[in-house]
Amino acid sequence: MTAALTLTDLSKTFPVGRTLFGRSTASVKAVHPITLTVERNETLGIVGESGCGKSTLARMLVGLLEPTTGTIEIEGAALDNADPAVFGKRIQYVFQDPISSLNPRKTIRQIMEAPLKRLHGLGRAQRAERISEIFASVNLREEFLDRYPHEFSGGQAQRIGIARALAANARILILDEPVSALDVSVQAQVLNLLADLKAEFDLTYLFISHDLAVVEAVSDRIAVLYFGSMVELGPAEEVFRAPRHPYTKLLADSAPVVGRALKAPEGRETELPDPLNPPPGCAFAARCPRASERCRAEIPGLTEGAGGSAAACFHPLA
Amino acid sequence: MMAFLRLLARNRLALAGGIVMAAVVLLALVTPLLPLADPDVTDTANRFKPTFSEGALLGTDHLGRDLLSRLLWGTRLSLAVGFAAAITAATIGAAIGIVAGYFGGRIDNVIMRGVDMLMAFPYILLALAIVAALGPGLMNALIAVAAVNVPFFARNIRGITVGIAHKEFVDAARLSGLSDLRIITTEILPNVVPVIVIAMSTTIGWMILETAGLSFLGLGSQPPQADLGSMLGEARSALITNPHTSVVPGVMILVIVMAINLLGDGVRDALDPRLKSGALSRPRAATTVKRDGPVPAATGAGLLEVQDLRTEFHVKGRSYRAVGGVTLNVKPGECLGIIGESGSGKSVTALSVMGLVASPPGVITGGAVRYDGEDLIGAPYARLREMRGRNVAYIFQDPLATLHPLTRVGDQLIEAIRVHRPIGAKEGRAKAIDLLDAVRIPNAARRIDDYPHEMSGGMRQRVGIAMALANDPDIIIADEPTTALDVTVQAQILALLDDLRRSRGLAIVFITHDFGVVAQLCDRVAVMYAGRIVEEGPTAAILDTPTHPYTARLMACVPELGAGKRRLEAIPGLPPVVDRLPVGCAFADRCDRTQPDCRAGEIDLARHGARAVRCLHPVTPLREAAE
Repeated sequence: MTAALTLTDLSKTFPVGRTLFGRSTASVKAVHPITLTVERNETLGIVGESGCGKSTLARMLVGLLEPTTGTIEIEGAALDNADPAVFGKRIQYVFQDPISSLNPRKTIRQIMEAPLKRLHGLGRAQRAERISEIFASVNLREEFLDRYPHEFSGGQAQRIGIARALAANARILILDEPVSALDVSVQAQVLNLLADLKAEFDLTYLFISHDLAVVEAVSDRIAVLYFGSMVELGPAEEVFRAPRHPYTKLLADSAPVVGRALKAPEGRETELPDPLNPPPGCAFAARCPRASERCRAEIPGLTEGAGGSAAACFHPLA
Repeated sequence: MMAFLRLLARNRLALAGGIVMAAVVLLALVTPLLPLADPDVTDTANRFKPTFSEGALLGTDHLGRDLLSRLLWGTRLSLAVGFAAAITAATIGAAIGIVAGYFGGRIDNVIMRGVDMLMAFPYILLALAIVAALGPGLMNALIAVAAVNVPFFARNIRGITVGIAHKEFVDAARLSGLSDLRIITTEILPNVVPVIVIAMSTTIGWMILETAGLSFLGLGSQPPQADLGSMLGEARSALITNPHTSVVPGVMILVIVMAINLLGDGVRDALDPRLKSGALSRPRAATTVKRDGPVPAATGAGLLEVQDLRTEFHVKGRSYRAVGGVTLNVKPGECLGIIGESGSGKSVTALSVMGLVASPPGVITGGAVRYDGEDLIGAPYARLREMRGRNVAYIFQDPLATLHPLTRVGDQLIEAIRVHRPIGAKEGRAKAIDLLDAVRIPNAARRIDDYPHEMSGGMRQRVGIAMALANDPDIIIADEPTTALDVTVQAQILALLDDLRRSRGLAIVFITHDFGVVAQLCDRVAVMYAGRIVEEGPTAAILDTPTHPYTARLMACVPELGAGKRRLEAIPGLPPVVDRLPVGCAFADRCDRTQPDCRAGEIDLARHGARAVRCLHPVTPLREAAE
């Protein structure tokens, strides 16, 4: 069985500061080369803090950004041109802000019809049939079709966003913080819906979030990103229970948990490294209690440990 | 459309402008049907006949042509050229702007530098140059006026397009397989049209004037054809002897341009999204108070006491009961958490304390807020202002939105201190550094000169906390202060707040939607739903044995770290809209313990010891939970 998604050395560098003639004076590595395989029907959680490159990675995966290096393979077929229309049939995106991802001047029907018409060239009757099928599976009433986006609550709008992604008939969905704009009671509804759809349509998810508890609750495996690099990758039940990378441990200790006393897990006051002037070694070394000379000079690679987790660390915790 | 017209009509001046303009346009349209003399037939025997003379209502000009007829035909021509120029300029300008804004990068650069070059010339010189190159004539004047106005549209529309092109719905359209052309026409254009209309409505008057100007100089309409500008030009030589020949077209130009500008302003205001909800208004400095019931007496419970507070929003004849009788208190050194979903009224409760709810539409309709026994609701604005920041300070969710982007953080801190007491520059700086140290900003003496955008989100929120601490308040109201922050930063900020309240004896009211945060920071917690407190008590006790079904089910919705992959409990349905609240329990429709009596009438907040719950059929009986 071929993997749903294979990334090989995928990276993205943004030029910054242009001279008069358009040549860039410096560059920022938003995503360092990432090699990753996502199996069919798997949910891979991607966690990281703001600026860690998770959105850049996601936008490359759907062809909205052209990678600087590396290749993307979907179900064994390579996709090397950054053309969202080609990507769109195989991999789709669900956006963080459900309202702003819907054009305020189009009806829901127009929004839903776009992928059916443009990606699959379906006729009017087929489109109507397909839309009612999809609406039934995301628990939306068909009378919503002739309304405009502003008439919906966040939860309903996010269902519409999911329905649109399903309409493209892609087997892989990138869920970019799909519930972080929603209230907790609605958040659970949407997460459960996503779980049902995954089983029903045999989908593969990449679930991006900053909420560790949510990611843990929905994922099979979790990748932790820090400063554009994957620092840990492992089974969901292991990653936060027994973190191997010190950064993962810091994340796990920082999450507010009922019944745990409040303390700042980091004694020192630290900020992220400067992207224009990245450190030569491990990006986390300045914040890390276990950092050694080697960490400051050399970038560690991802190595597998005993529990099935891989960590990019010279001095892993387990 | 009807709503737009109604908004427009509310603006009296715009309405008057619209009526005058409609009359002028109508007159211009029916001109060929009117029994008028031929405007171009000369009759030198009857030259310079005064107004109201026999056979020529407005008199005749230097060639004896009927002025009324020339005026109407001239108006018709001037309007047609003005509108045509406006539409041409808007179409070309918008097309250029959309293409530049949508594609960006080099295309944008090349196009916009070209537009900049056009704008570098004084417009009348540019128009003269174009007409000089093309030769005089009305058509060429139209081209010149349109060309001169293209940059205005191009720049305006480009700015709007850049904003829209980066919206998520455009990405979504791309992923739906839409081509660039289709995205421009179906996604971008409909969102840009209102801006084009606004720009057109405010410039069309100018274009009519500019066309008239070119004709006045003899570069527009050619004799004998009349337009308003050429009529003025021809009458110039007789300005002293026969002023009516100049006054007649002059008055018409004045009327047209005034009417168009008034109407244009009205159209712009009516299309402005800020006006959608009503008239453009600036919120008052303090929330309006209209208490109809008696004011509750002080009980002395806590430093800050909120008693039966009611805050409503009155919008278009509807009243939204955002806060429907909330009673709370907090003691020095205590941290009270208010937890709830969006729309539960938690933020409005907090803002009502210092009269910070925007009015209109907010109105405090009942209850009291007591600071050390003194009622703040209905206190004069001067008193509220004195207390804001000094006694009760706020920390908001988004520090980037609360800090002034163009002022150094140190200066903002010093300003916050100066509002309440005079302080010298040197002393102020020292105090500001102390404050930044207190919120543990590394290198405070250096970072004091940073601008907000030079700091990370966590650092900015520390500055926000430092601002709140600037005048040593007794109470801090923190409205979701860590929601926009990363988890590692959130942990640091929470630890900081906890330290501050212990070391300074601060009372903190902490508003959040996160049970984990409440559990770690707050001594007591109040759970709000649809504008009311449904459960209140010591944090540990509530998290351990929730009694209200909403609290219990909300807690079950939240995934907890370490529990592994699983299906979450969800609460079906949505919170009720607060302008149509049901009788009885607002949660009844979503609750699985509902009985007929839940919907029968008001349910009181029942108290037992430290616990309180507003429920007839609690998950655990209150007495049992309290013990």
